[in-house]
Amino acid sequence: MAGFNKVVHSYEDAMAGLQDGMTVIAGGFGLCGIPEGLIAQIKKMKTKDLTVVSNNCGVDGFGLGILLEDKQIKKMIASYVGENALFEKQLLNGELEVELTPQGTLAEKMRAGGAGIPAFFTATGYGTPVAEGKETREIKGRNYVLEESITGDFAIVRAWKADRYGNLMFRHTSMNFNPMAATAGKITVAEVEEIVEPGELEPSQIHTPGIYVQRVIKGNFEKRIERRMVRQG
Amino acid sequence: MALSREQVAMRVAQELQDGYYVNLGIGIPTLVANYVPKGMEVMLQSENGLLGMGPYPTEDEIDADMINAGKETVTAIKGAAIFNSAESFAMIRGGHVDLTVLGAFEVDQNGNIASWMIPGKLVKGMGGAMDLVAGAQNIVVTMTHADKYGNSKLLTDCTLPLTGVGCVKKIVTDLAVLEVRNGAFHLLERAPGISVEEIQQKTAGKLVIEGNVPEMTFN
Repeated sequence: MAGFNKVVHSYEDAMAGLQDGMTVIAGGFGLCGIPEGLIAQIKKMKTKDLTVVSNNCGVDGFGLGILLEDKQIKKMIASYVGENALFEKQLLNGELEVELTPQGTLAEKMRAGGAGIPAFFTATGYGTPVAEGKETREIKGRNYVLEESITGDFAIVRAWKADRYGNLMFRHTSMNFNPMAATAGKITVAEVEEIVEPGELEPSQIHTPGIYVQRVIKGNFEKRIERRMVRQG
Repeated sequence: MALSREQVAMRVAQELQDGYYVNLGIGIPTLVANYVPKGMEVMLQSENGLLGMGPYPTEDEIDADMINAGKETVTAIKGAAIFNSAESFAMIRGGHVDLTVLGAFEVDQNGNIASWMIPGKLVKGMGGAMDLVAGAQNIVVTMTHADKYGNSKLLTDCTLPLTGVGCVKKIVTDLAVLEVRNGAFHLLERAPGISVEEIQQKTAGKLVIEGNVPEMTFN
């Protein structure tokens, strides 16, 4: 049954095989639902020249932001990168390349990548700088932009519960990009809050079927909050 | 007098209809949630994957795994649904969201909108704005009518890089409510005490004024 025991017990094993120049797709929205320990492991490995695909690039000192500290990211593909002074500095210095991608297009690029669809037409971005240099086509009277899908050498995701088959469930809005990212990695690593026995996850409630997931590791999460808003109870 | 941010939000709230699914952008659009008319039910969509967004949490309810698209802690109402980002944008791009409210730097008389990039300034990204403007059935833009130097933001042609083409239907500014159609801004309402002449003077694009333009009313 070892073939279906995807649980690894060290971050070294979780990220084994990551090399300079690879593409890493990371789940998360802001700091919500990010694989904190796997990102820390990439920092520890000092892997360079990475292309990182994620909605955002963390903040200074946390999340994907820590990979900027030793200039490990060569190119960032994201929809919004406004939360990070180091990012700004490296971008202006020309040490970092950024490909800004509309959020829905980014999600669909990952989804399509995981589903074996090489490209798709979307109305998003038509007539804007995003469409520059891309094929466009009029279909049924509306104009669309051809967007290519994305796959990664690695995908790193954060999930709530997993079993040793790699089946995943996500918690609340920490789901965000994680299910799409999980489908689009050659090696998908899930860092999870809890590993349960096979059968404990109701099959019809599983968000990501284990076929997409190669490695599972139990993590400990700080779950930092980016904008803490409270109402008087 | 020009409307306050709250009054702009109150006026936008009059565009809501019972049973609407609505996406509210950051800033003034977010305030619209405070003015949903009594007895009306609307579902707020947050593009990070939440349909049925509720108010901010109490101290006891705070959960790092529950945020809105502005990355703020938030709650879900009873009857809410949570889903992944592709699903969220399928709703948006598939035209299932009834109304999108968002801010802008500029809008032009052909319904083009520029809201995400000022050349020479650091570009932070478009987030979900391009998807929202391309997908929504109905888009209301909120912004001040002119910038702080008095330059109109309602133009013949947008000067900044676009977020979307030919998509804006309605604009609520601090001075007026305008509809965009047939290559012109049509003046529908003016803020209390604001003259048609002042609106004309602060609208650089083609402005159509038909008959007596009523003042906005607030309940």
